[in-house]
Amino acid sequence: MSHGDLSFMSTLTDPPKEQFRLSMLVNDTRYRSLTFQAIAALVLALAIWYLGNNLIQNLRAAGLNISYDFLGDRSGYDINQRLIEYDSQSSHASAALVGILNTLLVAVLACITATIFGVIAGVLRLSNNWLVSKLMAVYVEIFRNIPVLIWIIIIFTIMTAVMPGAKAYLGENPERELLFGLFAFTNRGIYAPAPVWNDGSMIVVAVFFVSIFAMFAYRRYAKKLLFDTGKLLPMGWPSLAILILPTVLIFFLLGQPIGLDAPDPLANRFNLRGGIQIGAPLIALWFALSIYTGAFIAENVRAGIQAISKGQFEAAAALGLRPGRVMNLVVLPQALRVIIPPLISNFLNITKNSSLAIAVGYADITATLGGVTLNQTGRAIECVLLLMLFYLTASLLISMGMNFYNASVKLKER
Amino acid sequence: MKNTVILGALTIAGLSAGAAAAGTLDDVKARGKLNCGVTTGLVGFAAPNASGEWEGFDVAVCRAVAAAVLGDATAVEFVPTTGKTRFTALASGEIDVLARNTTWTFSRDVDLKFEFTGVNYYDGQGFMVPKELGVSSAKELDGATVCIQTGTTTELNLADFFRSNNISYEPVPIETNAEAQQQYLAGACDVYTTDASGLAATRATFEAPDEHALLPEIISKEPLGPLVRHGDHEWGDVVRWTLNALISAEELGVTSANLAEMAAGTNNPEINRLLGTEGNLGEMLGLSADWGKNAIAAGGNYGEVFANNIGEATPIGLARGLNAQWTKGGLLYSPPFR
Repeated sequence: MSHGDLSFMSTLTDPPKEQFRLSMLVNDTRYRSLTFQAIAALVLALAIWYLGNNLIQNLRAAGLNISYDFLGDRSGYDINQRLIEYDSQSSHASAALVGILNTLLVAVLACITATIFGVIAGVLRLSNNWLVSKLMAVYVEIFRNIPVLIWIIIIFTIMTAVMPGAKAYLGENPERELLFGLFAFTNRGIYAPAPVWNDGSMIVVAVFFVSIFAMFAYRRYAKKLLFDTGKLLPMGWPSLAILILPTVLIFFLLGQPIGLDAPDPLANRFNLRGGIQIGAPLIALWFALSIYTGAFIAENVRAGIQAISKGQFEAAAALGLRPGRVMNLVVLPQALRVIIPPLISNFLNITKNSSLAIAVGYADITATLGGVTLNQTGRAIECVLLLMLFYLTASLLISMGMNFYNASVKLKER
Repeated sequence: MKNTVILGALTIAGLSAGAAAAGTLDDVKARGKLNCGVTTGLVGFAAPNASGEWEGFDVAVCRAVAAAVLGDATAVEFVPTTGKTRFTALASGEIDVLARNTTWTFSRDVDLKFEFTGVNYYDGQGFMVPKELGVSSAKELDGATVCIQTGTTTELNLADFFRSNNISYEPVPIETNAEAQQQYLAGACDVYTTDASGLAATRATFEAPDEHALLPEIISKEPLGPLVRHGDHEWGDVVRWTLNALISAEELGVTSANLAEMAAGTNNPEINRLLGTEGNLGEMLGLSADWGKNAIAAGGNYGEVFANNIGEATPIGLARGLNAQWTKGGLLYSPPFR
């Protein structure tokens, strides 16, 4: 569109349209910041291109080429802790997958327990009981001020030294008996019975899931009745009964279709066989990450609670609520708005700190792909790039999930 | 385009191998110090002694190279490396030579772009178990929990051994020898596996070494030797011939006791060439004429180094076995000095 058309169409009251001149990019405050941003972006892009180009040139000069073909090769090493089928004949890619699942396993477990530790410690730190609040202060200060790697190693070392060896449980006349004939606690880990799914077991499982729904339905009904009519139905024991009774009934009616495969102390001369083994490295890493991050979360929880105005406590108390209910029904739900955002970064920290797993021999992604695979193939750059990609993706997904949750609990503005 | 600045940033990834490799000998001379990669601590091979000085069989190689190049056996900066960090440390130029009981394999030599300069110890992977387990053969280890040092060839040998014998095991990957030792002694694993020499060295540090046995099976060939970066042949030659000088010295009967006497000149021309009183071998290497004499003076000939650090008189108590001179039924065979 030409300038002539514009002046023809505009009325006289419009401000005169100024023609854009190149000098305005520097002199006009409306454009100046844009100019500098564009220049900065250009310089950044050039710098990245320069670095990338150098990387490629130097790799070529050193005779190294980026290739991910090794992922399909036979890995040749075994992994002790695995959630999927894997042996030394599997590929490096499946070793990486085993590592990814292990990382996610310990991260999820640690996020859950760290939150529990954190909430308990944070609430108790504000307790009126001098001893309890000081104990929690000591917990928080000790655990968050010592590096997590040291905690991981300390906990693992203590576990190895204090717990009995597997030998104590083995043989005809063992030093120690299995707890209830089902559990063994050794410095190699905890041995627990594994469920055996026989015919009809799926019916039991299905009944259990239906019971869960039924329990929630009952609670909802009881709540509605309370709000509508003021009639208070008991909540605790009926919920529990609905949850458990039908499942137990069906279980025995069908002739106990779910069996238990207990660890067998006689099958092997070195280790207990059968059941589920939760390895000592997993336990040490899980516990260390939870208790370390729990100390940070405790401080977030305390900050969140202290952000709630005193009037809320007093108003709730004036209604006759007991201190526990004041906390659970009035204060914590409001405090969540303050607690959730820093909690996200704590969850991210757990996920990233789980990469210290190799210190105790836990086969996470850093230990498999970034450790043995990297060493055996010598493909350092490829492996490190994949590791970065994985941690980035995992962290972004966690942030996304937690942001959705945050959006659901934050103050609804109307 | 000048790439050196960026290369500095990329050394972590071990990329500078190609460009920075040329002229290690000059770098070492200019620096006045040899950067030598060793283990984080394996008694007899490389470990700091009570007064904090590094000593051991691999350390002796570092000292001999430093003595040959700089004329001073103490001009060595020891860089402790783990099984995982050693290759990156060498490729990035952080160290000039890696003397860390490292197995010479095809892929390390060819694919990882390193140059093995010889073998200073012929080893093989073995197993150590507590005697109270009553195990007499590795084939009886079905179901055992095995501690392994991660990032080594042992991991692969172990997987292959158990697989080919159709028995199962639980691997416990451990980062360093010290941690593995602690796990093993606490009973968190039944078996500890690594090179037989390493096992003997580890056992020597136990409170009750007699309670632990090495199983008879040696499941792999592990030729251990010093290595340097690929492509810098002058430097590779220096390290190779320093090692050969120690081996030849033993064969020719040159010891630290008679070194001064021999260096004055002998009737054996090969000894004269080795010690620099005849010919110009030192000059060919870019070193002083008495490089060979200095290398031997650092810790004695190969036999003395072996006897002082890991031999039968030491707590580690390794027999010469394969590591005897070829004239005595072993595999040590240095090419001639001429």
